[in-house]
Amino acid sequence: MSAADTTTTAKVPPARPAPQPPPAAPQRPGRKRTPGGGATVPWALLAPCLLILALVLGYPLVRLVTLSFQKFGQSQLWGFKPAESVGFDNFTEVLGDSEFWAVTVRTVVFAASCVIFTMVIGMLIALLLQRVSGWVKTLINIALVASWGMPIIVATTVFKWLFDSDYGIFNALLSKLPGVDMIGHNWFASGTEGLAVITLLVVWGAVPFVVITLSAGLTQVPKELEEAARLDGAGAWGVFRYVTLPILKPIIVMLTTLSVIWDMGVFPQVFVMRGGHPEPEFQLLTTYSYDKAFVVNDYAQGSAIALLTVLLLLGVIGVYMRQMLKIGEVE
Amino acid sequence: MSTATVSGPRRSKLGWNLLGLFVFVTAGFPVYWMLNTAFKPAKDAIDPDPSLLPTSVTLANFGRALDIADFWGPVGRSLVVSLTVVVIGIFVGMLAALAISRFAFRGRKVVIVAILAVQMVPLVAMIIPVFLLLNDLGQYDRLSGLIITYLTFILPFTVWTLRGFIVNIPRELEEAAMVDGCSRTTAFLRVVFPLLAPGMVATSVYGFIQAWNEYLYALMLMSQQNQTATVWLGNFTTKHGTEYAPMMAGSTMMAVPIVVLFLLVQRKMAAGLTAGAVKG
Repeated sequence: MSAADTTTTAKVPPARPAPQPPPAAPQRPGRKRTPGGGATVPWALLAPCLLILALVLGYPLVRLVTLSFQKFGQSQLWGFKPAESVGFDNFTEVLGDSEFWAVTVRTVVFAASCVIFTMVIGMLIALLLQRVSGWVKTLINIALVASWGMPIIVATTVFKWLFDSDYGIFNALLSKLPGVDMIGHNWFASGTEGLAVITLLVVWGAVPFVVITLSAGLTQVPKELEEAARLDGAGAWGVFRYVTLPILKPIIVMLTTLSVIWDMGVFPQVFVMRGGHPEPEFQLLTTYSYDKAFVVNDYAQGSAIALLTVLLLLGVIGVYMRQMLKIGEVE
Repeated sequence: MSTATVSGPRRSKLGWNLLGLFVFVTAGFPVYWMLNTAFKPAKDAIDPDPSLLPTSVTLANFGRALDIADFWGPVGRSLVVSLTVVVIGIFVGMLAALAISRFAFRGRKVVIVAILAVQMVPLVAMIIPVFLLLNDLGQYDRLSGLIITYLTFILPFTVWTLRGFIVNIPRELEEAAMVDGCSRTTAFLRVVFPLLAPGMVATSVYGFIQAWNEYLYALMLMSQQNQTATVWLGNFTTKHGTEYAPMMAGSTMMAVPIVVLFLLVQRKMAAGLTAGAVKG
């Protein structure tokens, strides 16, 4: 255990005597050491991984930045013209376009609703799982794992079918309600309704991971603490608010930031739902950037939009990284 | 104990169970409807008033799905890509995971931050430069190019997950073996490796599924002749309309093996993914 363990741990490991350092192994874990012969081993182990990442991630990342400051279209792609630097032109053009702002607002609203629904529903189901009988728990788990394991592309295809205007089961079921006739209703005629369906699809696919992670977390909540709170007169909400929630906080932070990152990056769901050509009112930052690059063939502007998306995410990533670093330290 | 306290919890349990069944039905319905449509005669599928329970069962949709474009080609390509990515990912990732979980060295924190940070970059943001990179390297429309790009998301994931599994193996075991005269390497191979094996299997399966499911890169970096399984699913929609029943059969063929694999490892994976989180 590292001495720098400052986070609150539910279980404090028993103190153990410091192990006798074997003479041949000076790199005792846990303590900062002056780099001697011991530092070569970890770096050698890391080298292949870092090399691959530098090639397949580092280089494109740098290229993404340089691209967004260049003029890069079809003729540059084919090598007819060299890419010339245009300074901030791409950014001023993108930021000056009202469509970009409309897309950004839509993306943030869409991602926020996906995250909120995912987290709230996930938490409710995780809590519910603690209260149901074993066989119900098994049934729910099967349904969750099945929806979690479904390839996104399959899930999207299935949802497209569920919400088909003429033959979709959703319209048929709604029409069974008295006074409702939804047969032939096209959910994708409007961006709002269409994105609502896509939100449903994203939430449906994301809830299982949240439920299973939170359930694992819930087993770590000491029963004695809950009982003590109950004896002190706390109701169900009080126990949740003052006992369960604080203990689950690190997991919740991790899950929320991960969800933000994933939901801001939603692409195939919209792309496939709209048959590869999302209408203007369906565009999210991801599809918008894709369209600019590969439909209009303006790779530079597409990159500028992608870069702006990454910058938008950086704030969220910061929070997540702090959490993960804490985890990385406690070992 | 009075009878009230006995029947009280039982009655409330009934309420929770009903709620639980509702969750089961809602969460499971899309999967059920996929299977239901897949086994229906195609003409029953396009009924404006579909029946919730199957009336007649047929395998014809699966035959039709196999006929649409080529099925085994894309599946074979997906298999090659996913397996290669996992093998490289696990080997390289394991070394890196060992480095960050078992060694203290200057720069360790930076490496952890870097590996975590790259996991956060949305794939979609990378597609343009990756496309240009593969274009320059002459790897566009090649399986090898796809494999290289899949490492971007498989590798960070593998490192971080394996780290979670390694951390759960007490260091004392290695130290004891080393006191008994093992070198650091043999201590790892004889003591840690066997304990790590289940975690490695789970990570591999999970990584395999991620690679198998990837859509965007597969769509962008491969031409029609070289499409992978996920992109193949798009073949059911043509300008003449969508063949829904065969499409659900195709979806079933793509989903069932993955879901089964997933069922096998998800418990282990959840443990690995949350190992650090819960302790932290």
